[in-house]
Amino acid sequence: MDRAVRRSLSVLVDNEAGVLSQVSRLFSRKGYNIESLAVGTTDDPAVSRITIEVLADDKQINLLSNQLRKLLPVHSVKLLHPENAIRRELILIKVSVPTSEIGNRVIQIANIFRASIIDVSPTTLTLAMIGEESKASAIENLVKEFGILELVRTGMIALERGSDTIYEDTKEKGEFNYGKNVL
Amino acid sequence: MQMTGAKILMECLLEQGVDTVFGYPGGTILNVYDELYRYRGKIRHILTSHEQGASHAADGYARSTGKVGVCFATSGPGCTNLTTGIATAYMDSSPVVFITCNVAENLVGKDSFQEVDITGITMPITKCNYMVRDTAKLADIVREAFAIARGGRPGPVLIDIVKNATAQTAEFTPLPREAHASAGRLGALIKRASHDLRAPEPDLNDVHKLVHMIQASQKPLLICGGGVVRSRADHEFLALAECIDAPVAVTVMGGGGFKGRNPLTTGMIGMHGSQASNMACDSCDLLIAVGCRFSDRVALDPASFASQAQIVQIDIDRSEINKNVQTDHHIIGDAKRVLQMLLDELEPMDHTPWKDYVFSFKTETEYDEGGSTLTPKQITDAIARLMPQDTMVATDVGQHQMWAIQHFHFDYPGQLLTSGGFGTMGFGLGAAIGAKVGNPEKTVIHITGDGSFRMNCNELATEQYYDIPVITFVFNNNTLGMVRQWQTLIYDKRYSETTLDRAPNFVKLAEAYGLRGKRVCNVKELEAAITEAMEWKHGYVIDCAIDQDEMVRPMVGGGSRITQFIID
Repeated sequence: MDRAVRRSLSVLVDNEAGVLSQVSRLFSRKGYNIESLAVGTTDDPAVSRITIEVLADDKQINLLSNQLRKLLPVHSVKLLHPENAIRRELILIKVSVPTSEIGNRVIQIANIFRASIIDVSPTTLTLAMIGEESKASAIENLVKEFGILELVRTGMIALERGSDTIYEDTKEKGEFNYGKNVL
Repeated sequence: MQMTGAKILMECLLEQGVDTVFGYPGGTILNVYDELYRYRGKIRHILTSHEQGASHAADGYARSTGKVGVCFATSGPGCTNLTTGIATAYMDSSPVVFITCNVAENLVGKDSFQEVDITGITMPITKCNYMVRDTAKLADIVREAFAIARGGRPGPVLIDIVKNATAQTAEFTPLPREAHASAGRLGALIKRASHDLRAPEPDLNDVHKLVHMIQASQKPLLICGGGVVRSRADHEFLALAECIDAPVAVTVMGGGGFKGRNPLTTGMIGMHGSQASNMACDSCDLLIAVGCRFSDRVALDPASFASQAQIVQIDIDRSEINKNVQTDHHIIGDAKRVLQMLLDELEPMDHTPWKDYVFSFKTETEYDEGGSTLTPKQITDAIARLMPQDTMVATDVGQHQMWAIQHFHFDYPGQLLTSGGFGTMGFGLGAAIGAKVGNPEKTVIHITGDGSFRMNCNELATEQYYDIPVITFVFNNNTLGMVRQWQTLIYDKRYSETTLDRAPNFVKLAEAYGLRGKRVCNVKELEAAITEAMEWKHGYVIDCAIDQDEMVRPMVGGGSRITQFIID
């Protein structure tokens, strides 16, 4: 696979000021556009987890991972392979519902997609849905005809399937299995 | 013991064995300089004319001694003036700790007088940087900063301390340097799975694989890169080259990593590389690059670079592997250690037919004799003839830099100080001052051009005040020679803004700074000037007249196959 496809990197970092900008700056400096970015603390409040998605080929993603690993606040970097990763994103859509008939149709669509209605006003409904891009864009296309007033995505978050975790393997196995990064 | 932040900083510098600091004071760093006044018996401060000069001096000190250089500057313009020096050190992996002070905590973020976000600015040009807002954390951060600057692939680190943190007090517990790695934040960092201070132990299987590749090779070529110099692996590199009987091409940053007079060297490789180096690179069957990142000045065209060879990269920094050139094999580790491991397993080899082929090409360029002016070769020859063999050479950037590296035979790591990666004009004088301060027993010369010299010649004042006897050779062609060369060859002789037919008179300039100078136009005058400069034992400027159309030869165009010489 040697073409630019969307790749997910999971990065554990110190939960400190400036770290996110250091990580994101590396991508812009090397000329990569971040497709999606999500950050939050982990079960350890001193550590944050960043999920970044970029368009890159095999070689590029290896270089990026290695450059990320060199940054001192970065604890570990893991490339998540699509076939064994669970990726989810939360999407909020505020839809215009001028009549109750349209409102009912939107609610029906929401039910089919297992989206929840999290806010109601006389003329709007706000849906929340968890899923991958395909599901998100499907519901987006369906409610578009009623008028989307606002839409927001959290950015993709991802975990490996099964019992593997980011903690047990801080370095990519195989080619770059040399243990720690030298400071 | 309770101490002010400024005093803690001094104690931390002493812990690191720092006895020399280059810098420039200012409003926010006053507390530090006030404390430095009390420590002046233990820490020598060299006040330069400009912060950029201080940054290059600290860099030159670090490169020539192998120790960590230290540089102070104040907030705002003080620290932005450092940035060129920081980037220069970063690109050439030179260990320097830059210490700046910022406005007081209550003024941070308010666009206060002389406030700038220097940690933000220097993020892409430092290994890491810190903003210290709490005096209690200062000692810990300084200890970590030094360890990071010198550890692994060395590089610059910046510590920005808010002014009030230098005045406030905190508890300070002295800690010997050996204990730093197991204490505080550095200890915590090393305990983590991700980073280590020690160089990674090279993988034995990787070493075995390379041994087999070497044994199978008929036409091996070694490249000596800057990593050999930083790792001080010159002895091991020499032993490997002699053992496997391979020609050695040297990069700009590798100058001094392999003895320039050794019969195995083919000279410089790359854009201005010798015919022997570039031809060998194109026809070898195994290319082993040690501590070399295949910059665009070496691997001009990555696709055709060493296209007949299996390429092997030995580097301490895994992010350099396959970055610029796709390699067939690599070993991660410190050059010295990897080379030792290779030597343990290799038997002496003989590659006479291959060497005969490589050395049938020229390893050095012959230049014509000058008429009314000197030729670059005449200048470098006279220097080599009259000055000690171990003379340290600091250069600026341009034609003179290439001539110096092509013609001088460097013998040991740290003998050549040049801005290879960032190409900083104005680097040389500061670097020469730093090198002389760090190596008072050595003769230090500064090779420059009239364009580069103009940039930071104000440091002649530093040379004079501290009596740092550097001899400056200005290769004066009244033009930005390297740019003119490109204009001649590629831009149809349209000499746009490169002719420097203007002041100053460099001899009078030297005299204005209390030094001596001489203008020379032939070998006899040059020899007399060198003799006088060496006898005078103080700073001296020799203004050498050379022809405006003198070119660096040979030359390969950017992006071309390494054997496609535009001029030979």
